[in-house]
Amino acid sequence: MKLTLHVWRQKTHDAKGRFVTYSISDASPDMSFLELLDVLNEELTRKGEEPIAFESDCREGICGSCGVMINGKAHGPEKGTATCQLHMRKFRDGDTIRVEPWRSKAFPVIKDLVVDRTPFDKIVQAGGFISVNTGSAPEANLIPVPRPIAEKSMDAAECIGCGACVAQCPNGAAQLFTAAKVSHLALLPQGQPERYRRVQRMVDEMESYFGSCTNVQECEAACPKGISIEFIARMNRDYLKGSFSG
Amino acid sequence: MSGLSSFYRSAVGKKALMAASGIVMFGFVLLHMLGNLKLYQGPEKLNAYAEWLREVGSPLLPHSGLLWIARLVLLAAVGIHVLTATQLTLRNWRARPQKYQQREVLEATYASRTVRWGGVIIALYVFYHLAHLTSGWAHTDFVPGDVYHNVVSGFQIWWVSGIYIVAQVALGFHLYHGLWSMFQSLGWWNSTNPQDWRRRFAQVFAWTITLGNLSFPLAVLAGLVK
Repeated sequence: MKLTLHVWRQKTHDAKGRFVTYSISDASPDMSFLELLDVLNEELTRKGEEPIAFESDCREGICGSCGVMINGKAHGPEKGTATCQLHMRKFRDGDTIRVEPWRSKAFPVIKDLVVDRTPFDKIVQAGGFISVNTGSAPEANLIPVPRPIAEKSMDAAECIGCGACVAQCPNGAAQLFTAAKVSHLALLPQGQPERYRRVQRMVDEMESYFGSCTNVQECEAACPKGISIEFIARMNRDYLKGSFSG
Repeated sequence: MSGLSSFYRSAVGKKALMAASGIVMFGFVLLHMLGNLKLYQGPEKLNAYAEWLREVGSPLLPHSGLLWIARLVLLAAVGIHVLTATQLTLRNWRARPQKYQQREVLEATYASRTVRWGGVIIALYVFYHLAHLTSGWAHTDFVPGDVYHNVVSGFQIWWVSGIYIVAQVALGFHLYHGLWSMFQSLGWWNSTNPQDWRRRFAQVFAWTITLGNLSFPLAVLAGLVK
């Protein structure tokens, strides 16, 4: 496959970035998008140029580190797929592909396509946990959880924290991420004692970094795990409940 | 931060206020459209209905008492809606200082993407509408108390009807996104039903109100009401 890539290059956080155009003449349709960047980087290294910085770890769609904007879509054209599992057969020979980092005030570019997603960690630190006394693990079957509830909680827990929701959102809001992290605990018995305090703290933390939700559903469409905006409604409800019951 | 003090400061709280004030205005536009259907019953019925709106509540309330209470409630709802919308919009614009070279729309509806500007159009229209059919200031042939005459002679001017038609279409889109969005903002989800009744609700009422309101200028332009 012959491809033309316009890739965002930015030396440092403070530097002014720009798109640089690269031509690739021998891409395989079986490559993943990250492998395409690997091949391009090897060529750049051979030519003595600086390789393109991008983030990746597991390359199997579960670590959440590889997200980039591909042709204006978070994680590219394939639905429910992280960039690492997007294959070049989803593109056509001769295509032009624009690769951009996530754009959000809360996610400053560190270099090229790599952004700093620390605010996500801050949101989890604010309340994305349950407090338990340490010691031997309790018997797992002591607290029964109905299967539909357990499934729903797992749907929320699928969130890999990639940031696609923020990236795609026209408002740069982190509602879907925060709602997923709030909901997977709020649905389970173990999450009940801190339920309303948790949502208050996590939402307050979220709002110190991100824009706000206008219910346009772009996040759900961009999410590689297909997390539903139902969780945003759940989070809103818990937040409102917590505000009024104190 | 906890409790009500943080509620207003938070964007989630502001969205709930937008939804609550939206419900008030939704109730108003629905009743307004239903009441205006009396246009089709002729001048006596419509003018009597307009007079009844002023008398309702008496003798417990003074003349036009309930009308002014309703107006103040609506004014408060508009104020809250516009203030929170402006604050949230400014906040959202700040959240992405560097724009994308390219960002595609995945699933957002036309209504959801234009909801802010639809709101601006509706706000401008409301000023015109009040000056036109409430105070009569922007009306060329205004007769106080003769609502039927004012409506018909007003709508017989094609560009006046045009303003109303454009505004009602904008209101329809705004209502469609707003009514659906209200459920999300207030945390009323729909977990099991694959046919989202919240979307259906928004569609039914957006269409009902829009078609009802559009029928008035169209009926006058077509000569069905004269």
